[in-house]
Order: sequence, then structure tokens, then C-alpha cells
Amino acid sequence: MAGRAQPVSPWPGVGAAALVAALILGTLAAVALRADTAGGFGPADWAALRFTLVQAVLSALFSAGLAIPVARALARRRFRGRSALIALLGAPFILPVIVAILGLLQVFGRAGWISDILGLFGLPPLRIYGLHGVVLAHVFFNLPLATRLILQAWQEIPAERFRLAAQLGCDGFTMFRLIELPMLRRILPGVLAVIFAICLTSFAVALTLGGGPRATTLELAIYQSFTYDFDLGRAALLSGLQLALTAVAALAALKFSRGDGFGAGLDRTIRRWDGGAPAVDACWIGVAAAFLLLPLAAVVISGLTGLFEMPALVFRSAVISVLVAATSTIVLLILALPMAMAVATGRHGIVELSGILGLAASPLVIGTGLFILIRPVANPVTLALPVTALVNAVMALPFALRILVPAAHDVVVRHGRLALSLDMDKRTFFTRVLLPRMHPQIRFAAGLSAALSMGDLGVIALFADPQIATLPLQIYRLMGAYQMQAAAGAALLLLLLSMGAFWLLDRGGRLHAET
Amino acid sequence: MKHLMIAAGLLSATAAVAADKPQLTVYTYDSFVSDWGPGPKVEEAFEAVCDCDLNLVGVEDGAALLSRLRLEGENTDADVVLGLDTGLISAAKETGLFAPNSVSADYTLPIEWPDDVFAPYDWGYFAFVHNADGAAPANFRELAEGESKIIIQDPRSSTPGLGLLLWVKAAYGDEAPEIWAGLADNIVTVTKGWSEAYGLFLEGEADMVLSYTTSPAYHLIAEEDASKAAAAFDEGHYMQVEVAAKLASSDQPELADQFLEFMVSDTFQQIIPTTNWMYPAVTPAAGLPEGFDTLITPEKSLLFTPDEAAAVRDQALAEWLGALSQ
Repeated sequence: MAGRAQPVSPWPGVGAAALVAALILGTLAAVALRADTAGGFGPADWAALRFTLVQAVLSALFSAGLAIPVARALARRRFRGRSALIALLGAPFILPVIVAILGLLQVFGRAGWISDILGLFGLPPLRIYGLHGVVLAHVFFNLPLATRLILQAWQEIPAERFRLAAQLGCDGFTMFRLIELPMLRRILPGVLAVIFAICLTSFAVALTLGGGPRATTLELAIYQSFTYDFDLGRAALLSGLQLALTAVAALAALKFSRGDGFGAGLDRTIRRWDGGAPAVDACWIGVAAAFLLLPLAAVVISGLTGLFEMPALVFRSAVISVLVAATSTIVLLILALPMAMAVATGRHGIVELSGILGLAASPLVIGTGLFILIRPVANPVTLALPVTALVNAVMALPFALRILVPAAHDVVVRHGRLALSLDMDKRTFFTRVLLPRMHPQIRFAAGLSAALSMGDLGVIALFADPQIATLPLQIYRLMGAYQMQAAAGAALLLLLLSMGAFWLLDRGGRLHAET
Repeated sequence: MKHLMIAAGLLSATAAVAADKPQLTVYTYDSFVSDWGPGPKVEEAFEAVCDCDLNLVGVEDGAALLSRLRLEGENTDADVVLGLDTGLISAAKETGLFAPNSVSADYTLPIEWPDDVFAPYDWGYFAFVHNADGAAPANFRELAEGESKIIIQDPRSSTPGLGLLLWVKAAYGDEAPEIWAGLADNIVTVTKGWSEAYGLFLEGEADMVLSYTTSPAYHLIAEEDASKAAAAFDEGHYMQVEVAAKLASSDQPELADQFLEFMVSDTFQQIIPTTNWMYPAVTPAAGLPEGFDTLITPEKSLLFTPDEAAAVRDQALAEWLGALSQ
């Protein structure tokens, strides 16, 4: 395939991928080279590795597994508030970890809403702490992402396929087998790999919901190496292990996600003739919405009183966060679009791989590595915001690629030959064909990245300047100063800003998905 | 990006204006420099007397602060580091990065302070904080036998978590594993840091949370809420003493000494109680703020010397992990 003429050039994407890989591996190398001793691997590390793998595999399976019926129900049904619901689905994902933990436990904790209700019937409170709690929390974070990715794949099936199937009298199950199952086979491995990689680097969530040191993950061990032991060699080794595990997962996903697309359609509005049982679909949508929205409601309710107690400083942080999010989104698109095009032309191995590594890279290692690298040439503290924006972009890259790659692939396959026969140059193809056709996906990726960057603490804590704090950092500071109410208010503000950015940017995408 | 450039430009511009004055760089933990911490007031007060520019740099927490200094080594920009605690002193000394100072004051610490490299600026007792209307256990054994649910912090990632580890070790020595085994069913969960634990406690997720004896003073003074209390344990309470020191590599050694002297002066010490919510190392002439008199005062203060703390730390952690990983 590589030898054939292509309507887009893969090289900018390969270059972007090389940059990303250089950032991730370069920072890791910087940390490793600063180490006095080669890191050793103790029995506690094996236990951490085992727990990390078990919880990440379970979290990925449950998140993706539950997302299939939810996405299918959303794909088949049209109802009032559907688009708002789909937009809200993005919310759990963008909350700062500490806020999400408090929200989750306000619903599922010992003194949470569900335990309160159980108490009314004389039942004991929910026992949330343990492996099941860790998986529950990770499903809370990742079910929405999985649902959106799968739903998008559903929307990308040309309407003609469904029409033809209906004309041929396919029932619901046959339609699932012939149209939807091949689509799922294509998309699921990538979704599983992404969620697996996210959960590999879990630390605070796994520890808190896991109920104690049984729930020690690799990321906790990395943190411990840095601060408790100051053993950089061990930190680098553990971080390298995280990257290797992610690389294996990504390669496996690439290998298994074979299968061709559905070919071209005429962009007709999708109509479905397979009724299915509306009650079943409603049930899936209802349960998923309750599961995801209740903790968000808890965050909103706690935040409402605090919203009026917030010091003015919080608003300055909000402005800084918006700027960081905007910068990071632009950087993300500059990296992700060429990379998606490179993958679409068939050079996917190395590009896809470096794209997913951002997820598994420990923020602590990237931050420390950047600190070591920047320090000889500039004061890292004055570069806090650009560095945060850059790292946030790299962390959002894997999600953006999952969104952009299938669409870029379809555009190149569907329109590439015609463009070449028309002797269209690469630039025209990009501006006249690729960009307009990928508009919804680009907006979705931009929205997700902006929201993610807004909510992520990222590496700012390592570079913090007293004058410059992003909103997530300010939330941590408020909490550290006992001001839990004001922190809850700031968290609500952050939620609104993130959702606002997401809604603003993704609107085009939703309109397309809605039709 | 353009705005960021402007922001960066403004920053370097302010740095340039201040350049004609000598600059003193103090590394500290993040909550010290936050607008609710002592940082802003300390900066204003010190700059009023020093004819210099005080540059406070915040790094996550005490442990991360020491890691940052080890990372930077002798090339560090820091002249003074403020915010290490007794548990970190031994490791800090080993780096050889710090220089002795001549600071002296009539410390009102419950213990002697013989160290000439690290000068204390505040201190507190670790304690379990609970709702004042509920009964509280009188010691670890009672806690372990009772039904009270507690939330603690992980000693591998949190200073109070490490403090609790040393508290149990100091009070019970070789019996510590037994105490931890008894506490296992009381522990609701273990969190990464103090904020998660305290937030969960305020949400009602547990009856008690590991914090400080001074925590109720925050609620009383800042929120006029008398509903929180610290449980007095009859084995004694483990102390945390927060310290500062001058870097040997400092290019402003006189100014650094001046800052350390200022740190134990009335002006600085007065700021501490209601911003850092700890006891000042030297009680100010005006006394402690109203509300601090309501706090429990432990009969017995427990504290390992820095060398002892460094020696027992790893074993205590292994015991903790062993007891809670069953």
C-alpha cells in the first residue's frame, strides 16, 4: 500500500509522531540518566504490577462491554434531550480526580445516597471499597468515552446499509450480525486498548476506592520512588514498564482490529427499520444516565453553595485554564490531524503506537523529565503554562486519534482514487475534501481535548508559580487550606467551563450525529 | 499561545524591575504560597524590612520539595528551603546541600531543639478529628476494639500518613504490627493525600480522620463552627515540626540568614496560626489567637530524632503494608 500514490502525504504525520515519541521517551531517558543507581524490582513491585494489570483489564472490559448496549440504544433511538445527554456523557471524564472521587463517594460511599436509601429499608450500607470499587470508578470515568467512540462508529455506518438490510427483511439480530458486529470488531480493540492504558496509570482513584495498600498501582510506586525514596532509577524502570504494557496493548489492538469499512454512502440521514424492544433500549439509556449523572449531580449540589464563596482569584485561574485549554487544543490538532492522515495512508504502526503512549506516560515522569531538560536552558517555572499545555495535548492525543483515524481512513479510501484521477494536489485534497468531510470528528476531538486539558492537573503542580495557577491546581490549593466549600464551588465552575468548551467545539459533531 | 507569550513576557518584566534589588529565592510547599497560606503575608512583611525581592516558589509538598532539591543539587536557585519536617531532616542532611545557621530564639516547642542547620517555624500534633457530638476513643487500642471508622493517608505519598506510621511506632514499638492488625477493620480507606481524606470525612464517609489537633481551630475561627474536635490519645501524640534551612550554595547567605531570623520573629510567627493552622514555633507576644485555647493539649509529646525516624521508617512501612494488605 505504501508504494501506491496517495492523495495525502504521510510525512508530516510521521514527523509529529516522532516528536511525540521523542517527548515521552526523551523525558523518561532524562529521568533514567539522572539516576544514581539502576532501579531494582522488588516483591512489592510485582504485587503492584499484578494489581495494576487486573484492575486495568477488568476496567477496560466492563467499560467497553457496557458501552455497547448503551451506544446501540442511543444509535437506534431518537428522543428529546438525546443530544444534551450525549454531551453530558463527556463530563465524568474531564473532572479533576479529587473532585470525581468525592462525587462518586457521595453517591456510592458508606454515607452516600444509595447507602442512605438502603438504610431506609434497614439494609447495611454499600461496601464500595475494594477491587469492585476501583472498577466501578474506572467505568464511571471511561464508560462515557467508550460510548461516544462506539456511538460515533455506529453513526458512520452509511444509511444505505441499513436501508438495504431493511429491504431484504433482516430482523434485529441479523442486522446486528451483518452490519453492527463487523463494525464493533473494527472499533472495539482500539477502545479497549485506550481504556486499559488510562487505567494503567491510575493512582489516587485506585488507592481510595480500593480501600488501602492492597490497591497499590504502578503509578503509586512511581510516586513513592520520586518522593519517599528518591530512587529515580526505579521510577524510570516502572514508568518504562507502563509504556511497554501499553505498547503491547496497542499492538494487539492494531492486530485484532482488522476488517474493512462499509465503503461509501451518500450521507443520507440514518433511518432504522429494526425496532427492537424500545423498553430494553430505554432501560440501558436510563441506567447508564443515572450511573453517570448522579455523581455529577452530587458535584453540582456541593458546588452550588460554594459558588458564591469563591475568592476572586478563582476566576483568574479560570481564565488561565481557558488559555491553557485553547493552546493545548491547537497543539493537539496540529499533531493529531497529520498523524491521523498518516495512519489513513497505511503507515500506521509507529504513528499509532506513539499516539497511544501519551496515555501510559506517567505525568510525574514527563514533568520531572521536562524539568531536567529545560532547566539548563531556561527557568522551568516561567514556562509552566506552555509546558502544561503541551503535555495536556500529548495526553489527549490518543483520544483524538481514536476519533480521527477511522474518519480519515474512510475519506482516503472513498475519495482518494477519484482525487488522484482528477490530479488533485495534496493541498487541495486536504482543504476541499478531507477537512470538510472530517469536520464533525475534528470538532469532537477538539472539544474533548479542550475539556480534558481544562480539567487535568497535568504537570502544573511540578512547575507551579504562586501567581499562576490553573483551576484544577486552585481547587487542590483551596482543599489544602480547609476551604472545601469554595473548592466545591470552583469544581462546579470547572465543570461548567469544561462542558461549555466541549459543547461549543463539538456542536458541529453533535449536529451531524443527531440528524 | 500569544497570550501565554504575553503572560510570560509580563513575568520576566516584573523579574527585570526587581533585578536591581537583591533577590532571595525560597522554595516551599504549595499550600504555603497559596493565597490562603502564609506566603503572601510573609512576602509583604519581609520585603518591607529587607530591601530585597522575596521570591517564593511552591513545590507540591514537603517530600516533593526535598526531591526537587536533590534533583537540582548544587545548581539550585534556592537560597532557603522552608517546609521540610522532622521526618525528612535526616535525608536532607545526607544531601550535604544545607549550611548551618546562627538563628536562635526562645522556642515554645514541647521539646528541645538542638539542630543548628534546620530551624523550626511551626509545629503541631497529629490527631484524629471527629464530630464533637460523638464519643471518641482514648487510645489506639480502644480505637481498634471499637466500631469507629477512620480514614487515613498513605505514608508513601503523604506527610500525615507517614506521621501516623511513626506515631504508632513511637507509642508501641515492636507491638506496632499488632496495633495495625487491630485497626485494619476500622480503616474505611487510605487516600493519596490529606485533602481527599479530610474531604471524605466532611462528607460523612467516616467517623474520624487523621489530621492535626489544630484542625478544629480552623472550623471554629474561620467558619465559626464548633462541631469538630480532636481525640486526645493517652499514649501521647506524635509531633510534626516544620523547619527551614539555608542552602550552602546560596549566593545571598546574609539575606538568607536575615530571612531565617525574620522567620522566628513575632511578625512571621503571628501569621502562622490562622494561615498554616499550626502552632507557631515561638508564641508571639500577643499570644495565640482566640479559639486555640479550646484545643486539646496532649500530655505526652512523641517524636523520633531525625536519625531514629530514618532508621525505623522502612521497617514501620513494611509492617503497615503487611498488616493492611491481608
